[in-house]
Parts: sequence; C-alpha cells; structure tokens
Amino acid sequence: MEKEIKLKIENINKSFPGVKALDNINFSVKKGSVHVLCGENGAGKSTLMKIINGIYNQDSGEIYIDGELADINSPVEAIDHGISMIFQELNYVPEMTVEENFVAGRWPTNKFGKVNWKKARETAKNLLEEEGLNYSLDTKLKNLTISDIQLLEISKAVSYDSDIIIMDEPTSAISDKEIEILFEKINSLRDRGKSVIYISHKMDEIFQIADEITVLRDGKVVATNKAEDLTEDKVVSMMVGRELSKAFPKEEIEIGKKIFEVRNLSRKGVIRDINFNVHRGEIVGFAGLVGAGRTEVMRSLFGLDEFDSGEIKIKGKNAKITNTSDSIDNGLVMLSEDRRRYGIVPVRSVRENITISKLDDFIYGGRLHAKKEKKVVEDMSHKLNIKTPSIETNVSSLSGGNQQKVILAKWLVNNPDVFLLDEPTRGIDVGAKYEIYKLMVDLAKEGKGIVMVSSELPELIGMCDRIYVMSEGTITGELSREEFSQKAIMKYAIGG
Amino acid sequence: MNISNRFKRVRKKYGILLVLILLFIIATLLNSNFLSARNLSNISKQVSITTILAFGETILIISGMLDLSNGSVLALAGLLSVSVFKMTGSLLLAFLVAIIVAVICNILNGIMVTKFKTPPFIATLAMMAMARGAALLYTNGQNIYQIGDYTIFGQGSILGIPTPIIFLVIIAFVTWYILHHTRLGRSLYAIGGNEEAAVASGVNVNKNKMKAYIINGVFVGIAGVIFMSRVNAGLPNGGQGFEFQALTASIIGGTSFSGGIGTAGGTVIGAFIVGTLNNIMNLTAVNSYLQQIIRGAIIALAVIYDTYSKNMKMKSEKGEIEVEEDEKEE
Repeated sequence: MEKEIKLKIENINKSFPGVKALDNINFSVKKGSVHVLCGENGAGKSTLMKIINGIYNQDSGEIYIDGELADINSPVEAIDHGISMIFQELNYVPEMTVEENFVAGRWPTNKFGKVNWKKARETAKNLLEEEGLNYSLDTKLKNLTISDIQLLEISKAVSYDSDIIIMDEPTSAISDKEIEILFEKINSLRDRGKSVIYISHKMDEIFQIADEITVLRDGKVVATNKAEDLTEDKVVSMMVGRELSKAFPKEEIEIGKKIFEVRNLSRKGVIRDINFNVHRGEIVGFAGLVGAGRTEVMRSLFGLDEFDSGEIKIKGKNAKITNTSDSIDNGLVMLSEDRRRYGIVPVRSVRENITISKLDDFIYGGRLHAKKEKKVVEDMSHKLNIKTPSIETNVSSLSGGNQQKVILAKWLVNNPDVFLLDEPTRGIDVGAKYEIYKLMVDLAKEGKGIVMVSSELPELIGMCDRIYVMSEGTITGELSREEFSQKAIMKYAIGG
Repeated sequence: MNISNRFKRVRKKYGILLVLILLFIIATLLNSNFLSARNLSNISKQVSITTILAFGETILIISGMLDLSNGSVLALAGLLSVSVFKMTGSLLLAFLVAIIVAVICNILNGIMVTKFKTPPFIATLAMMAMARGAALLYTNGQNIYQIGDYTIFGQGSILGIPTPIIFLVIIAFVTWYILHHTRLGRSLYAIGGNEEAAVASGVNVNKNKMKAYIINGVFVGIAGVIFMSRVNAGLPNGGQGFEFQALTASIIGGTSFSGGIGTAGGTVIGAFIVGTLNNIMNLTAVNSYLQQIIRGAIIALAVIYDTYSKNMKMKSEKGEIEVEEDEKEE
C-alpha cells in the first residue's frame, strides 16, 4: 500500500558566495515512514535540513507540507508547521538545569508574561517520565555527559508533538544501548504516523531503521530508493561516487615491546583499579557504554584530570604526570572526544593550531622562526591531506574531518610514542574516517602504541588488535582479536 | 574572484585604516588647521598615554582577560614616582619605582585571576578602587607640585621628537614583537581563543596569564610617568576614565572581546581614531557632555560591528571551503 506524502521538496536551489550548495533537489517523505538522508560532509544534507527548518532561505524551489505550499522563515515557524529538528552539534547553556532546558522557548506563562514555574516543572517531569529518563530536574547540564544531553535533546524534539522530525546524526555521541532506546522511539513515532528524516552515515544504523534512503552528493540527489532495494556497499559507493575496497584498512603489524603500561589507576568515585598495557605497533580498543569511565581514564592519563593513585610507565620508565605538559613531554598525547571544546582554537589559523603544543621547536633566541614553522605545517598538512584553502585559514571554517586532522597534525609534530584517541572518527564523513584509520595503521607501523576509545563496535572490531571493555568505572574484560564479537563485548559492557 | 569579493577582502584587511583616513579628510574639511604639523603632533602626544594603556589592554583582551584598574594604577605609580623623584632627585629611580609599583598591582591582578579564579572584570575592578584609594591616602588627597626636571619624560624631546611619542613607538614595537614573534604571544592567542584546548595542548595557562598582567604593569607604569610629567604635577586623581579610552581604542582597533583576535597595528589605528575624533570634536567646539555620549556610542557600535562581521565571515568562509572541495573532487 502506498503511503501518503507528507513533505515534498521541489527543485530546491541554494547558493552561498561562490558555491552551489544545493542543485535542484527533489524528494518527498511519506507519512509514517523513516526517510534516511545520507551523503558525505559537504554533500548538502545539513544545508537542506536548515532550509526545511527555516534557518536558511532557499534561492528557488518549493516546500509542500500535506500538499500545501509552506513558507518557512524561522525555526519557530517550522515548529508551527509541525517540524522539529535535533541538531548534530549540540548547543546548550551549561548553567541551565534539565528542567529549564526542557521548557526553554515554551514557558507556560500567564497573561502578564509571568512564568508559571509550577506548571513548567510538571510539564518537564511528565516529559521525562514519558521518555523514560531518570535525571533529576535540578541537575545542571554541565554535569551531564554529551550523550545524556543528546538523549535529552531527542526527547525534547519528540515532545513538541511534531509531524515531521528531523534528526541530524543523533547517534554521534551516544552508545549502542542508548541507540536502541532511540530506535524504539523512532519506531513508535513511525507507528504513530509521524515522518522522520534521519541523517546519518553509519551504515548499520541506516539499514536498521530506514524505509527509504536518499543519497546526496555534491549538492545533488543521487537517488532515492526503498531500503530493501539497497545494500551497504551500494549506498557507500553512491555517497563517495566510487567503490570503497573495504571499510577498515587494517594490516598485520608485528607487535613489539611493551610501550605503555598503566597499573592500578584510580580516581575516587570515577574510575578504579585500571590495569592495561599497549605494545609497539598495537592498536588497543576501549569499549563500553557511555558513562563507563573510558573518557575519564584517558583524561586522567593525559593529565587533564587528577587521579588518586596509580602508576604510568612509558617505554619502561615511570612517568609522573600531573598536567598535560608532563604527558606531552613523556611522549603521551590525547585526542579528545569533544573536538570543539578541547581540540581546536577556532579563531586561529591552521598553522597556529598545529604548532601550539611544540612552539619550542621553532624558537631561536626567543624569536619564532616563521619559515621553519611554515615548512613543518605545510608538510604536515600535505601528509594528512588537510583540505584547506591555505594554512592561514581559520580552523573554524574547516569541516569536522579536517579539524580532526589538524588536531592529529598537532600531535604528530610532537612525535609522541603513545596516542590516546577518544572517539577519533566521531561526526566526520566516510572519506575522512578512512584516512584517519589509515593514519592509525601507519603510526602503528612506525612502532607507536595506540589506544582507541570508540562507541562504534564495528570500528573497534575492524581496527583493533585487542579490546578492553569497561563498565562502571573499571575494566571488566579483555578480548584478543580471535574473540572479537559484538556479543562478547556487550556482555562485558553491561557488567560481565 | 569577482569585484564584490575583492572589495570585501580590502575592507577586511584595511577596514579601520580606511575609517581613520576618512576621519582625517572630514577633519580637514571642517577645520583647515587640522592637518598642520603642530595639530598632528598634538594629537599624537594626547593619545600617547591611552595608546600605551591600550597595548596592555589588547594583550589582555586577546588572552580573554582585561584591565579596568589601569587608570588608578597609573595614578598610584605616577604619584609615588614623582614623590621619589622629589626625595632623591634621581630620574632613573623615579622611573623604576613607577614600573615596580604598577607591576606589583598587576601581579596582584594576576594572582586574583589565576590562583583564585576571579573573573578579570571583578579582580581589576577591585584593584581600580584599591589603587585609587592608596594614591589618595598617600598624599591625603593633595596634589604634588614643583616636580622640576621630572617633566622631561612627558615634555622633553630627543632629536626633535617628543618623548611621549618615542615611548609610544617603542611600546608599539614591543607589543607587536611579543604578539607575533614569541611563544608567549602565540600562547596568549590560543588561551583567549579556547582556553580548554590550550590546556589540552600543554600550554601553561596560569603562567602565561601572569606574564600578560606583568607586561601590562610595565606599560601602565610608563604611562604613569608620562602622565604626571605632562600635567606638571603628581595628581592622585589623575587618569580617571583612562580604562574606558584604552578599551575603546583596543576594540575599535579590531581586538575581539571574545578573545583570540587582535593586533598591535590595529590598536594604534584604533587609538588614533579615538584621538582624532576627540580632536575634531574639540576643534569644532562640540559640547563636552555630548562628547561623552558620542564616545559611549562609538564603543557600542564597534562591538556590534565586531559581532556582526564575525557572523558574516563564518558564513562566507564556509561557502568558500565548499568550493575548494568540490573543485578537487571533480
């Protein structure tokens, strides 16, 4: 039975100064269905969604809702048209409480505009209960993890009771267990006759929930198909416009001596008795649910957070780490899961971002040697294939994948022995992901030790030599390559 | 590249310089005396003190901080300097005392900000009150007159160039050098641009912030000496409102209050825009109360422009990058 069409996009064009972002886009979303939109970063997905959500105006073309022409000029108007959107990059006020965040923008007021906080509290409480979230209403957002906030945002968007819900990579910050909750939610939305537009480039997810799939590339629609008519390989090759030989460029590398060892690392109330090691040439994974303490372990090791007890050995020597410059001096670096917060200085250039942690290399008699710096940065930018108009471009204007490469370049300049990579491929497109995997393999070949924290199990299984699994602040299991399976990892992740 | 893009680029690079040139033209049309060597030299001397303060302010704002106490600390440092000169007759000692006093005040600012995590606004607001109080207490509110040779710091000249302008040029160079050619400058840009990322890159944030306040202290001390010398007295009430003028010059010069952005050259231009505007208003006899309103409006406009142009820039840069990627793929 053909379902009714809810949203129809006709001949949408949008140009930014010097670039055609969307080129004659046509597609339609049915009632009671999940429509997945995929494409590499820069393909135009987000621009298209921002037009539907009223953040941008199209240059030409029409949007029809229920067959009627809709003129949407702001997100508020979009909500009036029954459209709500969950953004990929979360924007929140850290000092707001859960309650305030929930009712923000729709405060129940009396006729004088005074907020009825009692009613607000009730509304928020009911919403939380409906969505099965057990946070206290008075918790401040800064005390929640990114994934908590993401779940909150999802619940909030759903609670507007919109007919069209747009989700822009909603799973980029949440764990498998939470993804299941999300998918249940999406399924129930579909059953209630809602239309969900789901943006993602995670293949396993796409095929779990999609009814229809539209692939975008370079601002054009490549094709719209029913999900059952497609395969993962087909979608990926439509996205990148070529065949990808395989998803993970893993190679057999000879495992060398122990290069990194952690003994009995503990931090009261956060992590306890963490013991693990990494050898030269080895990629070691850290799996676990969100909140299991993986990020906290990495932060303590890198000197961003203090720890109460524990020993760290790098290349057999005890390393005393009390701050980040200690760890960098000891040849240990970390890539944070939160790129925008801990990774980049957005308003400064690619060049300055790459050399900030190793300025001593370029100082002669107190003066920065600009030529030497430029040469190192250009080599690095070339080596990592950083797509930027020039090394003087501000990092804020690069795509997520290229920002991640800038951070990696910063650490490569230091030539460290051990890399702690916390969600290194979060929120970046397929092409850049592959390049980062490739870089990890190259580093392993050079005899570096690599730790990869990831919430994407296929990625861990595809790239790692060993995987440690964490649950509730401690390591609950260790798996060698032969033992890898999603099932085995999940068993330990839920407490083994 | 089309013409409108080219225009945008020129505007971006030379925007405030064009504003200054425009002001010069308007000023000349309003008053033919404006472009006389004497008037221009006057403007330079008048702006020298606030420009020197503005350099300190620029370094601090770039690092995500600021200084509200510079006017008061200038008075305290200058006053003690004059007093020491009257006691010892040593110009060198007097000069050093001013710098030491201003540096100590700024070390206290730095300790408040780094050790006790006080917002710079509050820390330096407290110092503003304390330093002013200390200056008034020291002379019991009286001015110190008959300062003799002390006047050479502000009224002397070397090879025909007035001393305040020589100080101004040296400090401009020092600021430019620190910001563009040293590890400290690079670290301060990173700290102001994203402090957490700077920490995670191994930058010692507290040490660098402290250095920024110490440098500011040196500048404020020198400004104090020049000020007292120019007014021919030790004035415990001197320098009121200087923090406002210094901040204005820095912000008009393109220093962004959100941190991480700003240059020494921009600050010079910013200071001269403010100075020229004051000069025009004086030459054309604008009511002095009205002048205050205009100065306030200018700083508001400068901040609005900063926010607006940053938003525009982000949008257009996004567009430009996408072109780049498309070209490569095809």
